[in-house]
Amino acid sequence: MQSNAALEYDYSVVKLFTYTTILFGFLGMLIGTLIASQLAFPELNYLLGEYGTFSRLRPVHTNIVIYGFTLSGIWATFYYVGQRTLKVSIAESKFLTIMSKVHFWLYFVGALIGVVSLLLGFSASKEYAEFEWPIDVVVVLIWVIWGVTMFGLIGIRREKTLYISLWYYIACFLGIAMLYLFNNMEVPTYLVAGVGSVWHSVSMYSGTNDALVQWWFGHNAVAFAFTVPIIAIIYYFLPKESGQAVYSYKLSLLSFWGLMFVYLWAGSHHLLYATVPDWMQTMGSIFSIVLILPSWGSAINMLLTMKGEWNQLTDNPLIKFMVLASTFYMLSTLEGPIQAIKSVNAIAHFTDWIPGHVHDGVLGWVAFTIMSALFHMAPRAFKREIYSKSLMETQFWLQTTAVVLYFTSMWIAGITQGMMWRAVDEYGNLMYSFIDTVAVLRPYYTIRALAGLMYLTGFIIFTYNMYMTITASKKLEEEPQFRSPMA
Amino acid sequence: MEIRELQAYANFFFTVFLVFLLYGYIIHLYRSEKKGERDYEQYANIALNDEITDAPVERNPKTLDKKEKGGKIDE
Repeated sequence: MQSNAALEYDYSVVKLFTYTTILFGFLGMLIGTLIASQLAFPELNYLLGEYGTFSRLRPVHTNIVIYGFTLSGIWATFYYVGQRTLKVSIAESKFLTIMSKVHFWLYFVGALIGVVSLLLGFSASKEYAEFEWPIDVVVVLIWVIWGVTMFGLIGIRREKTLYISLWYYIACFLGIAMLYLFNNMEVPTYLVAGVGSVWHSVSMYSGTNDALVQWWFGHNAVAFAFTVPIIAIIYYFLPKESGQAVYSYKLSLLSFWGLMFVYLWAGSHHLLYATVPDWMQTMGSIFSIVLILPSWGSAINMLLTMKGEWNQLTDNPLIKFMVLASTFYMLSTLEGPIQAIKSVNAIAHFTDWIPGHVHDGVLGWVAFTIMSALFHMAPRAFKREIYSKSLMETQFWLQTTAVVLYFTSMWIAGITQGMMWRAVDEYGNLMYSFIDTVAVLRPYYTIRALAGLMYLTGFIIFTYNMYMTITASKKLEEEPQFRSPMA
Repeated sequence: MEIRELQAYANFFFTVFLVFLLYGYIIHLYRSEKKGERDYEQYANIALNDEITDAPVERNPKTLDKKEKGGKIDE
């Protein structure tokens, strides 16, 4: 047993995942900006031959931001929050230390192979589940190892009660495990029937059933990768940075179970007016509306945590990031249910309003929360103050403007598109052909590309600020308790 | 009755059942606080006082037994 003086939290894996969060964040946003620009300026499709086309790069973008940037951010924060709220250092167990390193390196190598496989065109053709079966096997292995380190750490904890953030991390682990396994039930055709490439596989489900499983997965990937673990992050970092206890711990527990109960049923709203049973479509709509309650329960709990301390919003940019993230969470969890109403969906489905909705969630809520968590952890993990407050302010305003430009342009584009597709003349003939809509939407695509460029610039500022924090900023003598020190 | 119809009924009753469970949970939370069995709000301090040397809000007796012999970690 180590002596009391020597015992401290071990941030080595936190640091590794911090690096990959930044790396994948940059790559994902760079490709995102490129493909947004391709929609406005189609000639950009021909820069890199087959590897540079929109259709090849779009899954690369989504997979990098979901499984690269977001997962790295989730794991960087998990290894930090997990140790601290359980009051146990991972270094106290040699086995868990080794497993956490294996977790990181297997993930990093697996993620690189995954990106290359998508670039080369290997795809299972299921949205957000494009990886072919050999990579799926690696993903499962990585996930199991995370489970081992998480439950291992819980097993040796000093704090008996699991803090609410850990409940959300556990839900993320269990939720994705279940969703990923069921949606990726696939048959490798070469091994089973001797047909096709050894990489290739076909889904075990067919037709409507395949669509249902896919969107049960697809929607809940949003739930258990973009919502649940991000709530885990903000439930720790906002109280800690502000020095304010969570406004209502009971509300956090209640919203947790509410979210678990409701989210899993809402996926069929992706299949409104499709061939799935009508009651299932209606159920998807209703559960999506009900979903506002637990979502807003968490978001309001976050905002009320700042009660009496709103002055921090003006003088601490980190609080600004997290409060705005909670606000964007409220916006996107109101917007989503509205889109899931059948009559609204008749206009919104397949239009640009959908990526608009996704991006006010991921850019405003997910990325803001992850970046602020990385900023908060940096002075503790690297023992240096944050390099520049003014760069943080610049980044904040640049990226906030970018998100607003992104979703407002896509609102207009999406609704215009939906209305034009439906418009008929007095004889009942369609008034517009597809290319008419493309011509009308081009200015909005250009605004979106500009928004992407602004957000990416903000991320480059973030990267520079983090790099300087890690390498050149003023060293700290002791760990700050609440507010992160910054120059 | 057709399987699809059965599924719809099963879904409905399962939902009602889970709604009861959720409301039961709310009642459970408030009742156990009122009876003084548990103070849920104190768990919010786990995030604030999270130094490895801070005293846990509730100590885990299992870990202490095994690891804390001869050393005072969390007092």
